[in-house]
Amino acid sequence: MKSYKTKRTVGNVIAYILLIIISIIWLFPFVGLVLQSFRSYATEYGGMVDYIIPHHFSLDNYTFLFSKADTNFLIWYKNTLTISAFVTVFQTLIVLCVSYALSRMRFKGRTFLMKFWLILGLFPGFLTMICLYFLLKMFGLTQAGAIPGLILVSVASCGMGYYVCKGYFDTIPKALDEAARIDGATRARIFLTMIIPMSKPIIIYTALVAFMGPWCDYVFASYVAFGHDTSYNVAVGMTRWVWTNDYQGYFTRFCAGGVLVAIPVTLLFMFLQKYYVEGVTGGAVKG
Amino acid sequence: MARSGGKKKKSGSSDFGKALGNIFKEIGVTFVEGDIKTKLSYIIMGLGPILRGQVLIGVLLLLMEVLFIWYMPAFGWQYLSKITTLGTVETQKVGRKTVYGDNSFLILLFGILSIFVILALIFMWYVNIRENRKEELLLKAGKKLPSNKEVFLSLFDKNFDKTLLALPVTGIFVFTVLPIVFMICIAFTNYDKNHQSPTNLFTWVGLENFKNLVSFSGAGIGPTFLLVLFWTLVWAFFATFTNYFLGMAVAMLINKKGIKFKKLWRTILVMTIAVPQFVSLLYVMKMFANDGLINGYLLKWGLIKNYIPFWTDPILARITVIVVNIWIGIPYMVLIATGLLMNIPEDLYESARIDGANAWQMFKSITLPYMLFVTGPFLLTQFTGNLNNFNVIYLLTQGKPQSVNLAEKAGNTDLLLTWLYKMTVNDTNYRMAAVIGIMVFIVTAIFALGVYNLLPSVRDEEGFQ
Repeated sequence: MKSYKTKRTVGNVIAYILLIIISIIWLFPFVGLVLQSFRSYATEYGGMVDYIIPHHFSLDNYTFLFSKADTNFLIWYKNTLTISAFVTVFQTLIVLCVSYALSRMRFKGRTFLMKFWLILGLFPGFLTMICLYFLLKMFGLTQAGAIPGLILVSVASCGMGYYVCKGYFDTIPKALDEAARIDGATRARIFLTMIIPMSKPIIIYTALVAFMGPWCDYVFASYVAFGHDTSYNVAVGMTRWVWTNDYQGYFTRFCAGGVLVAIPVTLLFMFLQKYYVEGVTGGAVKG
Repeated sequence: MARSGGKKKKSGSSDFGKALGNIFKEIGVTFVEGDIKTKLSYIIMGLGPILRGQVLIGVLLLLMEVLFIWYMPAFGWQYLSKITTLGTVETQKVGRKTVYGDNSFLILLFGILSIFVILALIFMWYVNIRENRKEELLLKAGKKLPSNKEVFLSLFDKNFDKTLLALPVTGIFVFTVLPIVFMICIAFTNYDKNHQSPTNLFTWVGLENFKNLVSFSGAGIGPTFLLVLFWTLVWAFFATFTNYFLGMAVAMLINKKGIKFKKLWRTILVMTIAVPQFVSLLYVMKMFANDGLINGYLLKWGLIKNYIPFWTDPILARITVIVVNIWIGIPYMVLIATGLLMNIPEDLYESARIDGANAWQMFKSITLPYMLFVTGPFLLTQFTGNLNNFNVIYLLTQGKPQSVNLAEKAGNTDLLLTWLYKMTVNDTNYRMAAVIGIMVFIVTAIFALGVYNLLPSVRDEEGFQ
C-alpha cells in the first residue's frame, strides 16, 4: 500500500514539474511581449535585442501610440473596433436565422442547400479576393471606404458558418415547438420568444467568435485597404511595422500595440471562456 | 437561385431526365387544361394570380419579368454577347487621350451574372406556371384561395424559412458563388500581368494553364507544384497529429488525479487562443529570428557559436513552423479533450487496473480508441483546416526561405494556399492562382468528402456506446 502511495506522489511531482515547464513555455512569449513594450525607446532604441528584461523601463512606446501626430494607431484601433462591433451583431443574427431555418424547418431544397454550402466552403477564400475587391470597388468600398466594405464581405458570407449553432438547435427537443404550434404560435414567434431565450450559450459563442475574427484579419483587410493608411485595421498596420525594412525601430512599438490589442480581446475571452469551450467541444464531437 | 438547381442535382443522372420530363409534362398539361388567365400567364408572368385576386404573388412575379426586360438590354446583353471572346476592341491611345475598349474583366463578370439572371428568370417562370396550376386546381375543387394578408403572414409561419434565408442566400450568392464561378473561369483564360484589364484584353485559352501546371519541361511549373503539394500534405499531417497527441497528453496530465489548480493550468494554455494570432505569431517569429531572443541567449550562454538559422534554412524552417504550430494548436486540443476524457466511464479503468494493466496499456486500449472514435470528424476538420492554414505559415515565414529551383516565386515553406496568395497579390498572376485554387479545392474535397465517409463514427453511429 505504501509503495502505491509513494509511486503516486512521485507521479504527481513529475506531473507538476511538467505542467510548470509547459506553463513557462506557453507564457514566455507573452511575458516577453509585455516586458519589451516597456523598454525605454530613448535609451535603448526600438529594435530587437538579445535580452528579455529591459535595462530601463519607460512608457515611451505607449506615448508614441497615443500621439496622433506620429502614427494612426488610434485610428486603426477604432477601425478594428467598428468592424468587430458590426460584424458581431450582424453575423450573430444571420447565423441564428440560418441555423433555425435549417434545424427546424423542412423545405424543398434544404439538403441541397446544405450540401451546396458545404462544397462552397471547400474553396479557398483567397481565390475570390480579386473578384471581391472589384465588386467592392464598384460601390466605392475600397481604400477610403474599406471599413464598410470589410464589414459587408464578412457579413455577406457568414451564413455558411452555421454548423455549431445548428448543432445546438438540434438538441432542443422538437416537442417544444410542436406544443407551441398547437397553441397557435407562429414559427416567427417560436423563434423569437422560445428558441432565442433558450440559446444564450450558443449566442454568446457565436458572438465571441465573430468578435475575435476581425482582430486577426490581415489578408483581406490589407488587400482592400491597400495604400490607404487611415483605413487599416490593427493587424494590417502593425504587421507592416514588423515587415517593413525599418522594423528595427518599430519592434518595441509593435509590442506595445500588441499589448493594447491583446488586453481587451483576452479579457473578454477569459470572461466568456466557458461558452467558448462548450461551443468548440460541441462542434468537435458532432463534426 | 441556389435552390433552382436543387431538383436537378439532387437526383442522380438517370433520374435527371425523368425529372426534366415531368417538368415539361407539367408545363404542357397546365397550358392545355388551363383557362385563359393561365394561358396569358405564359407570356405575362403573374397575370393569372393578379386576376384571381392573388395580387401579392402576381405583382411580385410580374415585377421580376419587368426587371428582367429592363436589365437585359440596358445592362446584361452588352456583356453577355461578348462572353465568347471576352472583348475584341483594344484600348488605344489617341493623341494624349486614352480611349477605352472592351474590359474583359467586366465582360466575364457581368456575363456570368447575366447567365445566372436568365436561369433565375426561367426558374421564376416555372414557379409562375405552378402557381397558376395550384390556384386553378384549388378553385376547381371549390376551395377559397388564401387572402393576400394570409399569404403575407405565411412568411412568418409556414414560409418562415424563406424570410430567414433570403438575405443570407443572396449574400452568399453575390459574394461567394459569383466570385467562385468567376475565378474558375479565370483558370481557363490568360489573365495575368501582361493581360491586365482595362488596358489590355484577356481571352480564353482552354486548358493551357492546367497543362502548364503539370508540365515538367522548360518553363512548366510541374516540379514546383508537386513539391509545394507534397509539403502541404506533410505539413497538414504533422500539424494535425502532433497537436492531437500532445494536446491529449497535456489534457491527461491536467486531468490526472491529485493534480490541483486544474483551472489555472488550463487558463494559461488558453491565453494563446485568446491573444490575436497576428500579435503572438509575429512576436514568436521575431523570437526565433537570427538576431532574436533565442539565438541571443544561446550565443550569450556559449551553447552555440553561430546563430541557428531557424527561418532561413529550408529544412529547419519547416521544422520550426511545425514546432511553433504545436504552441498554437495544443490549447484547442486541451480544451476539447478535457471534457471528453472525463466522459470515459471510470469503471473501465477500474477493471483494467484489477486485471493488472499499466498506464500505457490503459491508454492504448481504452483512452485512445475512445478518443479516436469520438473525435474522428474533428480530426478530419483539423486536417483540412491545416491544409489551408494560412495564418501560421504566412505570419511566421511568408513562405520563405526562397529557393532558386522553385518556379513562380514559391518558397520552401509555402503551402498551396500561401502560394496562391502570393501569386494574386505580388505577381498578379491570376490565371495560375485560379488553377492553384482549383487544386486546393480538389485536395481539400478529397479529404473532406472522401475520408469522411470512411470514418468509423460516421459509418457506425451507435458504436462505442
